[in-house]
Amino acid sequence: MAQSAEHVLDHVELFRGQEYQQMLEKKKIFENARDPAEVERIKEWTKTAEYREKNFAREALTVNPAKACQPLGAVFASVGFERTLPFVHGSQGCVAYYRSHLSRHFKEPSSCVSSSMTEDAAVFGGLNNMTDGLANSYNMYKPKMIAVSTTCMAEVIGDDLNAFIKTSKEKGSVPADFDVPFAHTPAFVGSHVTGYDNALKGILEHFWDGKAGTAPKLKRKPNGAINIIGGFDGYTVGNLREIKRILELMGIQHTVLADNSEVFDTPTDGEFRMYDGGTPLEDAASAIHAKATISMQQWCTEKTLTFVAEHGHDVLSFNYPVGLSATDDFVVALSRISGKEIPEQLERERGRLVDAIADSSAHVHGKKFAIYGDPDLCYGLAAFLLELGAEPTHVLCTNGNKAWQEKMQALFASSPFGQGCQAYPGRDLWHMRSLLFTEPVDFLIGNTYGKYLERDTGTPLIRIGFPIFDRHHHHRSPVWGYQGGLNVLVKILDKIFDEIDKNTNVLGKTDYSFDIIR
Amino acid sequence: MSLATTRSTAEIRARNKELIEEVLKVYPEKTAKRRAKHLNVHQAGKADCGVKSNIKSIPGVMTIRGCAYAGSKGVVWGPIKDMVHISHGPVGCGQYSWGSRRNYYVGTTGIDSFVTLQFTSDFQEKDIVFGGDKKLVKVLDEIHELFPLNNGITIQSECPIGLIGDDIEAVSRAKSKEYGGKTIVPVRCEGFRGVSQSLGHHIANDAVRDWIFDHIEPDGKPKFEPTPYDVAIIGDYNIGGDAWSSRILLEEMGLRVIAQWSGDGSLAELEATPKAKLNILHCYRSMNYISRHMEEKFGIPWCEYNFFGPSKIAESLRRIAGYFDDKIKEGAERVIEKYRPLVDAVIAKYRPRLEGKSVMLYVGGLRPRHVIGAYEDLGMDVIGTGYEFGHNDDYQRTAQHYVKDSTLIYDDVNGYEFERFVEKLQPDLVGSGIKEKYVFQKMGVPFRQMHSWDYSGPYHGYDGFAIFARDMDMAINSPVWKKTKAPWKKAPIAKLQAAE
Repeated sequence: MAQSAEHVLDHVELFRGQEYQQMLEKKKIFENARDPAEVERIKEWTKTAEYREKNFAREALTVNPAKACQPLGAVFASVGFERTLPFVHGSQGCVAYYRSHLSRHFKEPSSCVSSSMTEDAAVFGGLNNMTDGLANSYNMYKPKMIAVSTTCMAEVIGDDLNAFIKTSKEKGSVPADFDVPFAHTPAFVGSHVTGYDNALKGILEHFWDGKAGTAPKLKRKPNGAINIIGGFDGYTVGNLREIKRILELMGIQHTVLADNSEVFDTPTDGEFRMYDGGTPLEDAASAIHAKATISMQQWCTEKTLTFVAEHGHDVLSFNYPVGLSATDDFVVALSRISGKEIPEQLERERGRLVDAIADSSAHVHGKKFAIYGDPDLCYGLAAFLLELGAEPTHVLCTNGNKAWQEKMQALFASSPFGQGCQAYPGRDLWHMRSLLFTEPVDFLIGNTYGKYLERDTGTPLIRIGFPIFDRHHHHRSPVWGYQGGLNVLVKILDKIFDEIDKNTNVLGKTDYSFDIIR
Repeated sequence: MSLATTRSTAEIRARNKELIEEVLKVYPEKTAKRRAKHLNVHQAGKADCGVKSNIKSIPGVMTIRGCAYAGSKGVVWGPIKDMVHISHGPVGCGQYSWGSRRNYYVGTTGIDSFVTLQFTSDFQEKDIVFGGDKKLVKVLDEIHELFPLNNGITIQSECPIGLIGDDIEAVSRAKSKEYGGKTIVPVRCEGFRGVSQSLGHHIANDAVRDWIFDHIEPDGKPKFEPTPYDVAIIGDYNIGGDAWSSRILLEEMGLRVIAQWSGDGSLAELEATPKAKLNILHCYRSMNYISRHMEEKFGIPWCEYNFFGPSKIAESLRRIAGYFDDKIKEGAERVIEKYRPLVDAVIAKYRPRLEGKSVMLYVGGLRPRHVIGAYEDLGMDVIGTGYEFGHNDDYQRTAQHYVKDSTLIYDDVNGYEFERFVEKLQPDLVGSGIKEKYVFQKMGVPFRQMHSWDYSGPYHGYDGFAIFARDMDMAINSPVWKKTKAPWKKAPIAKLQAAE
């Protein structure tokens, strides 16, 4: 018996003991297990070009996708407003999933309610669920706003949110003037980034365009302010704080829309804050008067930016700006739009990032990377790698489309390091597996699920993306701004150095290169 | 703290009743009436806990429950390692449940084992409009070609499937025939069915009956030589290796485990189960259906057991041995003796640190009652418990065998109620899920996830008990809980005293 009270062994070590190993070996006769030689043969076959070809010929099956569904993005955007409770109309299991998913990434509570529709609602529609649900949520959780979105169930049966909310208000579920913006967010269209877009547009439409016919439309009186939209982002806590710091340094009047940087980073001090921070509702409304609206992520805000542009704003979008040039472009744009100078402090921060790149780029230069993630994240990371002299050989985006692919290829074409790099829209991580076997790279950048690829292909994983379940707290540090660029650079360098050490640490064999200075 | 030990049960009862009344005040009248039936203070001697259960959740209250898909794909079917489980419908359900339940298995993932892969038909709008059966046919073909060593396929229906009228049964039959009789199991576990995960368990059990048991010859020759000591572990999902630290005890007492349902399980094991002499059932809630079916159809008796904590383990080993001859009965005693030094050492080390500490639980299938004994073995007191998706037979078992007089009982509790209860009862530990974890930690209350073992485990068996004890100690006695108030803030007045 290996277990003891002095040194308690858990799953990491316990089952390696002889007793358990023998037990598991004996279990095999009941499993009707495959011949190990056959398993080995198929395993090797999956590494071949032939398998890759069959794998890429898939038309219907998706294996290990790097995307989630719309309502997740809607919930993520909604909690970025002051005392706002996301309310997802449809089956309740979905909400349990979104809350778990967000909590596992942020290590924070995630509050959201469901209208708990079941079979009878599938037949008769979910109006009663909406009416009761709004009344209960309003009484129990004292929100200032309830932001409604939908699961695929409600979408398939065709529930009409606008009519349902109106009826619910007439029945007294919530006061007539209580803010209940809504967005249809079918899971079978787009991905979580689409849901972010739809929900945010729904909320802005609500405040700007007359609250579903219950209030006069706002009339825009342009001022000098700038609105910022972060988009769906696993680093929202660190990133939005960094963006606000930059805007404050520059003295720019601004509103961050869907600012969930506080609610996903509350202190442990004896009090549970179900709501914290968030864009004040008055600010969401008065954001209509801004001079310009900047989206940090184009593909998270396509509809929202069109809507904003129609209201007379200058609009500008970035693709998850990471690194030197992208941050330069961002601050130059801020300066141009606002007419404010770029302060010396930012210039010094820029200089420090250049300094760091100059110090370390020899270790990154020429290295090949595979990247996967959301469309803008992929673009931003690829651009930064090119800037470091690295090659983003495979860039794969399950929720990317043709336009994304063209933009990626244009980026590759713009750099000598981008020659031979390829963008893969609509592909999944099982495709990536084939790519890594047939065209190996030095490093992989992706979310937690990349660890399966790291195990199978031996490509070291640098964890950047969403969700990150198996490493803690990185979302608290920015990856945007010059400071964020430095953080990303350090993350990449740490992995590179760890790998060199790992490959040179055999005593008396390879450890001549086990250098103490690198 | 441990208020429960410093007051009489009558006082506790009165306080808990008052607390329920207070919580109900927040609701609109109709909701208060409905919720009142799910909250109670247990009275010793009663046959159940006096709460209604397995009833629809109320819209908008922030129920903690999941859905039928979660019960089928996430719980019952997902852990079967050599079958491919397709999340059939839009991408989200499979994505959010991908690898998060920690159903351990041994196998070559992606080649002969598939538990931690996310297979989905990733429905698009056109699949909703024109139906998804054609896509499903293609999905099955592509699995067949790219994952040739799979031993079978299940189709786990998401909400739209049942709403758009797809005929996944016809597709399954046709493809099974085409592939020479391959096991393909359509499961109608759409998320809107039923009121929680529970119906998903039932549907998944029925799918085993209809699409596996009905396709095998019960009198056929087994692939191994039967013995009089063959048993099957039913309802252990091998979370963090739970089924392994259970199996080892059963084998040490002389039994032979021929199947694990479903953690680290395989299709062959499911098919062989009708050869078992006894089905031993851990998670009654999720697998009593198939156990009853096997009893009726194949005459296999079943018995419930509990492998949390030494008291219940010993009781269970003896109960299981009671179905066999003296050799096994002696085996059970031998196992209990073998582990006694470990148990004594664990209790000697941890009980002094945990004695008198109070616990509130809110979990799924069996744990709201099954873990109570393990806490009591460490001198701890469970002062409140409830089921996410229990039925009345769960509350009967809880009342008759587990909870003490005056325990607060909450069925299908929601965020608001649970927070208020914990705030007022100030337990030393809360055991619940990921959605609750950070809420209570923010409040300064130590917490352990009791679905996933908070990424630790196993907790079953004697080896697991040592880990359980260590984990509860590290949660409760972590120095961080003394630091939640900044030193320059005045010492907080205990909330309970303030409230009363």
